[in-house]
Amino acid sequence: MTINPDLQGRSYPAAEVYDVGREKIREFARAVKATHPAHFDVDAAKALGHTDLVAPPTFAIIVAQRADAQLIEDPESGIDFSRVVHADQRFTHHRPIFAGDRLVAELHVDGVRAMGGGAMITTRQEIFALAADDSRESVATTTSSILVRGEGQ
Amino acid sequence: MSPTFNELTAGQDIGSRTVEVSRTDLVKYAGASGDFNPIHWNEAFATGVELPGVIAHGMFTMGAAVQLVTDWAGDPAAVVDFQTRFTKPVLVADTTGTPEPGATIEVSGAIGKLDADAGTARVDLTVVSAGQKVLMKAQAVVRLS
Repeated sequence: MTINPDLQGRSYPAAEVYDVGREKIREFARAVKATHPAHFDVDAAKALGHTDLVAPPTFAIIVAQRADAQLIEDPESGIDFSRVVHADQRFTHHRPIFAGDRLVAELHVDGVRAMGGGAMITTRQEIFALAADDSRESVATTTSSILVRGEGQ
Repeated sequence: MSPTFNELTAGQDIGSRTVEVSRTDLVKYAGASGDFNPIHWNEAFATGVELPGVIAHGMFTMGAAVQLVTDWAGDPAAVVDFQTRFTKPVLVADTTGTPEPGATIEVSGAIGKLDADAGTARVDLTVVSAGQKVLMKAQAVVRLS
């Protein structure tokens, strides 16, 4: 199966809201073997001047990969998830992610290029926090490249 | 004690950390992150798609590596930018039921560059497993007071 070159430039609007819970921050922090108290103890986070538990620096991947799933699961994309290898990743934080944030992500397909029998696909996720009045505050920009390996790669 | 910008110099070592990884850790990371690609937990599936075996999520390695930086900075919120390339997979052996890790990841960091105007330090991470660099250009930008 080949990757659809017309994916480049495509965008997927923000879909479901991701509610950042304290236990999810703790679970994710434990999963990456993080021990900083600001991930676990609300008082420790507040002592650093934060409103609530602080998510680890790569926590936004949860929201980013949910956004990416829209592309990977799009039947028009031609992407076989079992042949996907993560090639690079970047997180640019405009502000930290805290417990209590309501996040949404817009997905942009910035690049598609053929590599051997496969393809390298670069996506960007613009992550926003929703305020009580549903206005958006920019929280993070994440970019990732995935290599969809062709047969024999 | 958090470092302050003025006491840092380029090339300065920020320390090192060893991360042991088991297949159970990969299942936990899959659950925590929502990335259930079976190449990270099913041997037959992984070899069936021409991988040498079960490999760690690149994002597990990236996420585990940055803890050296957050602990050094004293506040996880100080990490304003973090990027890497995934160059080699971390192969995780099945040691289920034993106390042995399936893989070991060695992380070390040094100050790569200081930006006085922004008040930020770039920490360059070296991340090695089984004698090979598994991350390249692993750089975290930290805002310091």
